[in-house]
Amino acid sequence: MNVAVAAYDIEPDAAPTANEAGPAPKRIVVAYGFWIFLLSDIVMFSALFAAYAVLVSATAGGLAGVQLFNQRSVAIETACLLASSYTSGLMSLAVNKRHRAGTYLFAALTFALGATFLTLEIREFAGMIAIGASPQRSAFLSAFFALVGCHGLHVAAGLIWLAVMMAQVATKGFRANVERRLLCFALFWHALDIIWVWLFTVVYLLGVRP
Amino acid sequence: MTNMPYDRAPGGTSIPAKAEAGTSPGLLIYTTGLLLAVALTATSFWAANTTRLWAPGVPLGLVVLAIAQMGIHLVFFLHITTGSDNTNNVLALAFGVLIVLLVVSGSLWIMTNLNDNMMPPPPTMIMPMDMPMRP
Repeated sequence: MNVAVAAYDIEPDAAPTANEAGPAPKRIVVAYGFWIFLLSDIVMFSALFAAYAVLVSATAGGLAGVQLFNQRSVAIETACLLASSYTSGLMSLAVNKRHRAGTYLFAALTFALGATFLTLEIREFAGMIAIGASPQRSAFLSAFFALVGCHGLHVAAGLIWLAVMMAQVATKGFRANVERRLLCFALFWHALDIIWVWLFTVVYLLGVRP
Repeated sequence: MTNMPYDRAPGGTSIPAKAEAGTSPGLLIYTTGLLLAVALTATSFWAANTTRLWAPGVPLGLVVLAIAQMGIHLVFFLHITTGSDNTNNVLALAFGVLIVLLVVSGSLWIMTNLNDNMMPPPPTMIMPMDMPMRP
């Protein structure tokens, strides 16, 4: 910006610029740092996606995706995760209003939907391994289990995190540090849903096309 | 344009005090996002299974639907917007998208090239693993 114009703009009651106001509040710094972590996590997932896309036809004579994937189960998993993302957003709204009962209610719904998603995914994996489609069978299956399993592990970690956060709300209340952690959890949960959008598109919808 | 000198936290609202006073705007945003995401997901599953669309165009359509849904999630759930208090978040996102595109497209490009240039394997190598060797 032109220096002369900047000087002309300053009035006694003008809002301070970022430099004059000092460092940003911790809530903004923490959330921005967690945003950077999430983006690096997405970069890691992109490597797994690339590995899957490269190896998708390397079935070594074993079963391919078109024989293995059940789209009905995937549709239910997608619905569960999307609904849990929504209830997680409603939980954020309850947290902003310091509404304790609402926070517990939407956290319980988020947890139940996430747990349903994880149960369906584990059943799918167990069914695949039972018919001989285990990760060591072919490069395609190794890449599939690495990619989808890594997302499943993230969901499991998110469920543990959510349970811990509810214990913290119960014992510590809506303190500033608890609220920052809840904000980070909401970001994490929404980011997992974005990764799942690409997962069901690339693996389960594109992967079964002839 | 707000008077806040700071950037907005990703996922946060720009003015926390305002969010406490009003009741519905947050709920409306999340519900709009959910409805749009449901519509896009349903379209994806329909397009993947229908025979009424031109088959070679469906994969591209599915990718476009996924990109659209990612945008819906970013705007309505993560509150990443084009506002002036959101510049840092958008810049970080743009860098992440750049790296993701480089990793995925670069891997696919290089590996396709390698596959095309590979010498054909000897006949014994292309035999499926679980087939018994002929005597």
